[in-house]
Amino acid sequence: MLWETFLLAQREIRRNVLRSSLTILGIVIGVAAVITMVTLGSGATAKVTADISNLGSNMLMLRPGQGFHGPGGARSSAPMFKTDDAEAIARDISGLAAVAPLSSKMTQTIYGSRNWSTSVIGTTDDFVKVRNWPLESGRLFTEGEMRAGKTVCVLGATVKKELFGGQDPLGISIRLRKLSCQVIGVLQPKGQTSFGTDQDDLVLIPMRAFQRRIAGNTDVKTIYVSAEDGISTEKVKKAIETLMRERRHIPIGDESNFHVRDMKEIMDTLTNSTRVLTALLAAIAAVSLLVGGIGIMNIMLVSVTERTREIGIRLAIGAREREVLMQFLVEAVVLSSFGGLAGIALGLAAAAAGAQALNVPFIFNIKIVLIAFLFSAAVGVIFGYFPARKAARLDPIEALRHE
Amino acid sequence: MKTTGMDPNQNQTIIRLRGVTKVYGRGSAAMHALKGIDMDIRQGEFVAVMGPSGSGKSTVMNILGCLDTPTRGQYFFYGMDVGKLTRDQRALLRRHYLGFVFQGFNLLNRTSALENVELPLIYRGTPVAKRRKLAVEALAAVGLSAWESHTPGELSGGQQQRVAIARAIVAHPRVLLADEPTGNLDSSRSREIMELISAFNRELGLTIIMVTHETSMAAYAGRRIHFMDGLIDNGGEQKGAL
Repeated sequence: MLWETFLLAQREIRRNVLRSSLTILGIVIGVAAVITMVTLGSGATAKVTADISNLGSNMLMLRPGQGFHGPGGARSSAPMFKTDDAEAIARDISGLAAVAPLSSKMTQTIYGSRNWSTSVIGTTDDFVKVRNWPLESGRLFTEGEMRAGKTVCVLGATVKKELFGGQDPLGISIRLRKLSCQVIGVLQPKGQTSFGTDQDDLVLIPMRAFQRRIAGNTDVKTIYVSAEDGISTEKVKKAIETLMRERRHIPIGDESNFHVRDMKEIMDTLTNSTRVLTALLAAIAAVSLLVGGIGIMNIMLVSVTERTREIGIRLAIGAREREVLMQFLVEAVVLSSFGGLAGIALGLAAAAAGAQALNVPFIFNIKIVLIAFLFSAAVGVIFGYFPARKAARLDPIEALRHE
Repeated sequence: MKTTGMDPNQNQTIIRLRGVTKVYGRGSAAMHALKGIDMDIRQGEFVAVMGPSGSGKSTVMNILGCLDTPTRGQYFFYGMDVGKLTRDQRALLRRHYLGFVFQGFNLLNRTSALENVELPLIYRGTPVAKRRKLAVEALAAVGLSAWESHTPGELSGGQQQRVAIARAIVAHPRVLLADEPTGNLDSSRSREIMELISAFNRELGLTIIMVTHETSMAAYAGRRIHFMDGLIDNGGEQKGAL
């Protein structure tokens, strides 16, 4: 009997193509919108998290000034670090894997007839350790090169591509503005951050060479520190703060004129904001689900007149109330599930395409899929079933006369 | 009154109305559609229920068809007190004993003639193959063999009413109830339909109750019952053809 009812229902659905497809459309749109938005949102969150742990989740950054919270003026008036600050940190604090001083400047790089403006970074070979960034070819700076401040450089993948194309740059000299500099290595490409900046657009040269030949001072803008695995970054942060306050002779109780930022903090902040974004997307998706639901409801209610007459005919020729209701229920369930499944397929396809386009990972969230499906299906079933129930309870003659 | 004398049940009274009233609305707005009707129908009769519009003839028809319930009074169908039946039992009574033909045809839209005719058999639980066979036979009986796959929208009014008749007789009901079956048809279509219906009465002994306001249609019936203002107009009851 149930199978018979099912056949009857699906025949009925095919007979009323327009009504059925409009109902399905409402469900498809609702389900697909929710799935797409939430999937992309959680993909973006995952991407941000991955980017930051890619930077090194056990990494700390020292900068002069008071960081994000202080106004810009405070930072500019704060004294810069010097190379011996980095050396002191490396020497006096235990549990560190690498300490890399860092200064940078936008500089024109020239090779042959090509030129490319990029960020030239003076640092040590610890930089690649802190950033967890392997070489693609060549080598890093030697101890001697760093001490002597030799003009050798390691290229980021973008710079290599812009200046050399497919050519092997190792051993060739390029110019950083007026400074001639021999290429000794190329970094592996890292791609874009989730904020769209190209991480590979850089040239590394030894810190001493940078200070003498490019910056013309002995400042260090930033110090990257990475703790050894298993060492609490909290503790390291405290130790560095104490050491630097001592070295800078800051009286107890005064605010530091530098700050140490833990990547974990940054990660938390960013993850939080992407989570807010995801929630926002989910809210928009919920609205489209609601709109889809109202669409379903409208179609179902509009077709009630026609369906009431149909119910009248069925009752007149001897259908019992529960038989009519079973038919309508099965019909609503079949329609809604079909629409729901189509919506899931469409939503996942759109989310996969969107994830590819936005360069975020595709994260399948079964919970959202289920919620969207159940909501739409419930709307379809409720608005397919209850008007039918009302009609089936009429006297057959009332239902037949329904205009 | 026509008798064959062969069937021992021929004279059995199968439908008996006693003091049936029907009131629509309440209080001062109440409309008394039927004011106390007694009526007997015998097996194999072809009865025409006549009267002007508003006389109560359609109301009595709906009550006879268990589509509507009387406000007061009793309705016995094969001795069964219909007033004591539940909604579902009345549905089962319609399913197994009654066939309907309406003025407005009342076929399912976008549904082929064959599927429309199969509908009563579906609710009877007839197996698919037998259902198909009976429906094909019923459509052949009304002369629509070539139109099985056509939907009501593709059929003329006369053809739609033939489909409706096929649907009414496919399950071999005891009584065929026809409410103005020719009301929407022109006169030659009407005659064809009436020939068809009276043939079922003549050849199969099917009991038929038909509502009409046209004397020419009522002429096909063996007996005429006239309604006037919710009552049977006794002076108007006549036997035999005009």
